[in-house]
Amino acid sequence: MTEKEYDNIPGTIVFDADKSREGYHLNQFCISLRLQKNRDAFNKNEEAYLDAYPMSKEQREAVLKREWNLLLELGGNIYYTSKLAANDGINFQNLAGRMTGMGVDSYREMMLKGGRSIEGNRDKSEWGED
Amino acid sequence: MAKIMAGVGCSHVPAIGVAMDTGITHEEYWKPVFKGFKKSREWMKKQNPDVIFLIYNDHCTAFDARCIPTFALGCGAEFQPADEGWGPRPVPAVKNHQKMASHIAQSLVLNEFDITIMNEMEVDHGLTVPLSVMFGDIKQNDEWPALVIPLCVNVVQYPAPTGNRCYNLGKAIRRAIESYEEDLNVIIFGTGGMSHQLQYKRAGLINSDWDKRFLDLMTEDPVGASQITHLEYLRETGSEGIEMVMWLIMRGALNENVTEVHRHYHVPASNTAVGHIILENNA
Repeated sequence: MTEKEYDNIPGTIVFDADKSREGYHLNQFCISLRLQKNRDAFNKNEEAYLDAYPMSKEQREAVLKREWNLLLELGGNIYYTSKLAANDGINFQNLAGRMTGMGVDSYREMMLKGGRSIEGNRDKSEWGED
Repeated sequence: MAKIMAGVGCSHVPAIGVAMDTGITHEEYWKPVFKGFKKSREWMKKQNPDVIFLIYNDHCTAFDARCIPTFALGCGAEFQPADEGWGPRPVPAVKNHQKMASHIAQSLVLNEFDITIMNEMEVDHGLTVPLSVMFGDIKQNDEWPALVIPLCVNVVQYPAPTGNRCYNLGKAIRRAIESYEEDLNVIIFGTGGMSHQLQYKRAGLINSDWDKRFLDLMTEDPVGASQITHLEYLRETGSEGIEMVMWLIMRGALNENVTEVHRHYHVPASNTAVGHIILENNA
């Protein structure tokens, strides 16, 4: 795949047309959980509910295991995956605590102190990544 | 004739709505957020607008992945607050100035902005939170003090429309509004931002220096602001900071010279830098 100009931003997945295509069924599953009746059905039998969404095996596994970062890597978008999180009683800030690997308390503490600085967070090379 | 009196830039963080709905705005965490809107609410009362033209983004509520319009104009009679997964916000339905909305829809397309027309649409926190912060608590069975014409912009799937496109759309919206024959006092809202990243390992990014420069540009150099690239928004303000292109639509609908009457900036509200500005059109 051709490199994109935003590929070197660290710790960031840009939800572009390629991601959107890849994640379509995963995201449509997530957004269905916006409605209580669907949440009830999903919570009653996750596997059976997921059968209605023709997502990849990896995506399905990531849903069942609640691998929040992997869901994004596989085409999920945060506004969609956050509905799955909300179903589990996890709000945006707590979800961020998990995705960053910091844990909920240190993440909240970082935000209270003004958030993650832009310094050292502009380019993958600053994270020791390619 | 209808006239745009002023523009408002304002974040639309969902947690701000939750704080108001659950009555915890006096808590230490929220106090500084709401303090900055005290003057704004007084200003709104004085302005007493007939119509608010409100630019926001839907968060996969009215539009899931099946349909992603870049610009969608609300033309229906009213818009109900949506259930985003934790029940609808307890605020009134939003009522449109339907006749003016149809006029704007027609004018925009003839001015080569090919917008999508929405005759049925639910609205999420992107629209209702700015109304709440600017008007204060409005009970569910009361009415919003103004009619609202919503313009929904895709900023979820990359690419959002460019800043330049947004700025020019603002100019076309102004032509449309100010060619409407009824004498109406209109205020235009551009919402979203400021710096924030909700996703993946860099979540929590805040860039206050950048945000404050953006607020300066809103007042002093809107054309300069309209040239900010998508890459800069993504890198410098986080993946969700790109919502700020919506402020440029608001800014395009104002005079080049404006008077800044109020500004508010606070970190954090949940994961986000809260930014707010009020710009009046010079007479």
